[in-house]
Amino acid sequence: MEIKLNVKAEKENSHYGNSSNSNKNALEIRDLNFFYGSYHALKNINFNVADNQVTAFIGPSGCGKSTLLRTLNRMYDLYPNQVAKGEINFHGENILNAKQDLNLLRSRIGMVFQKPTPFPMSIYDNIAFGVRLYENLSKPQMDERVEWALTKAAIWTEVKDKLNQSGLSLSGGQQQRLCIARVIANKPDVLLLDEPTSALDPISTGKVEELIHELKKEYTIAIVTHNMQQAARCSDFTAYMYLGELIEFGQTDEIFVKPQRKETEDYITGRFG
Amino acid sequence: MSDVLINKRAILAGRKRTNNIALALCMVAMSIGMFFLLWILSVLFIKGFSSVNWAMFTASTPAPGTAGGGLLNAIIGSLLMVGSCTLISTPIGVLAGIYLSEYGDKSRIASITRFVTDIMLSAPSIVIGLFVYALVVAQAQHFSGWAGSMALTLIAIPVVVRTTENMLRLVPGSLREAGYALGAPKWKVSLMIVLRAAKSGVMTGILLALARVSGETAPLLFTALSNQFYSMNMNAPLANLPVVIFQFAMSPYDNWVGLAWGGALLITLSVLSLNILARVFFREKNRG
Repeated sequence: MEIKLNVKAEKENSHYGNSSNSNKNALEIRDLNFFYGSYHALKNINFNVADNQVTAFIGPSGCGKSTLLRTLNRMYDLYPNQVAKGEINFHGENILNAKQDLNLLRSRIGMVFQKPTPFPMSIYDNIAFGVRLYENLSKPQMDERVEWALTKAAIWTEVKDKLNQSGLSLSGGQQQRLCIARVIANKPDVLLLDEPTSALDPISTGKVEELIHELKKEYTIAIVTHNMQQAARCSDFTAYMYLGELIEFGQTDEIFVKPQRKETEDYITGRFG
Repeated sequence: MSDVLINKRAILAGRKRTNNIALALCMVAMSIGMFFLLWILSVLFIKGFSSVNWAMFTASTPAPGTAGGGLLNAIIGSLLMVGSCTLISTPIGVLAGIYLSEYGDKSRIASITRFVTDIMLSAPSIVIGLFVYALVVAQAQHFSGWAGSMALTLIAIPVVVRTTENMLRLVPGSLREAGYALGAPKWKVSLMIVLRAAKSGVMTGILLALARVSGETAPLLFTALSNQFYSMNMNAPLANLPVVIFQFAMSPYDNWVGLAWGGALLITLSVLSLNILARVFFREKNRG
């Protein structure tokens, strides 16, 4: 069942969603429009990312789901000509506000990318790098934090004997879990995952999905995926996007079992996309 | 046999012929290049090694008419000037490279810097020598090791700037984004992630710049000049290998000419080893 909590009138092409078991929203996205130069990539997006839940963005290539994810930590800000308009409320503040401190925001809303991106340093320093940015920990405290993060990311047992080796020496799946550990070590509120398993083999993918399941107990997670089964398996809410519009948003069970819109059904059943 | 097949065979035979002709031309071009290179190197090695002896590393350049002598003062002078040139040009060059790649990017000041650097890269080294002569030597009224080192630095900086920039540009943007995504400020991403990822490429650039300046003669003629005696005073004229080679090679004394060959061999070997070192560094990078 979908309860609408929003004060604003429902837009024709969007469905505000909130779970019945969680009233809090980590992120509230309102009338979000995004432009690559003059190209209108996101059109009037409205929905909420619920606290401690997994929200999946699905849709065909180029539909704007990665763009949407990159607005949530203002990653797009690195590039001139990319502009977002509207509101993204995070703890009551609009993060699209020009006054928003981007470094602080990104330390609170962490991101994991499609390809593993270990830094060219030791496994230990890969984790410690982000922590050192905002915390001044003693050596034993740092050791503890590194172990904690690596354990959370389910990779501790595999790397505990080679913390001084380069992060690049790990396999692709391990590198991706290292990157997840690196983000967790910063203790963010929200985790953004941009197709985190698309470069991984099925076994590593399974491990990362298990991890997502574990992590949602403590973190709010937004995940972009090309893999419909993955969205169905790991997420609580699903947003189906097409050509920069949010076509349908709701609980994953409902979206996959009885989607409201014909377009969503066509995409999910594989007739399109 | 069908007409189509016959036709295909004819075309293929034609291609093979063209291929063989092109290959033969390439081989000729390569052997001309190799012939002269090997010729130069073999003469250098034969004449150079025959004049290498222990005294070359322990005695200073001989006075006219005296027997024996060595290159100690020139070796020390070259090491001093090339060493201080490296110490000065590395930070300037690397920081400018970081600016061009990470900060300036397409800005006007960056494109001007890039343009000027490219001109400096191909500027004749004698012009740079004259520039330092006018700027430093003519003002101070004497030649000096520092002036020589400054001329070498002006030659080395553009090499370091451009290789650093190019190497940093090879670092994938996703690595930068990953750094920013953790909330790291730009300077930390640039220094601790991007520069580190490009470390071996940047080292290669520095070594190649070193190799380039260690053989430069023209800029030193106007700046450091030379010094017959052992000296480590950078404020005075300083002996150095290239200028000693230049002077001794044209001299009438056999022992001077021999020392010139020995010095040439010494420079060639150090440039060669710098190049090999650069390659080793670069290979390490590609291994990841």
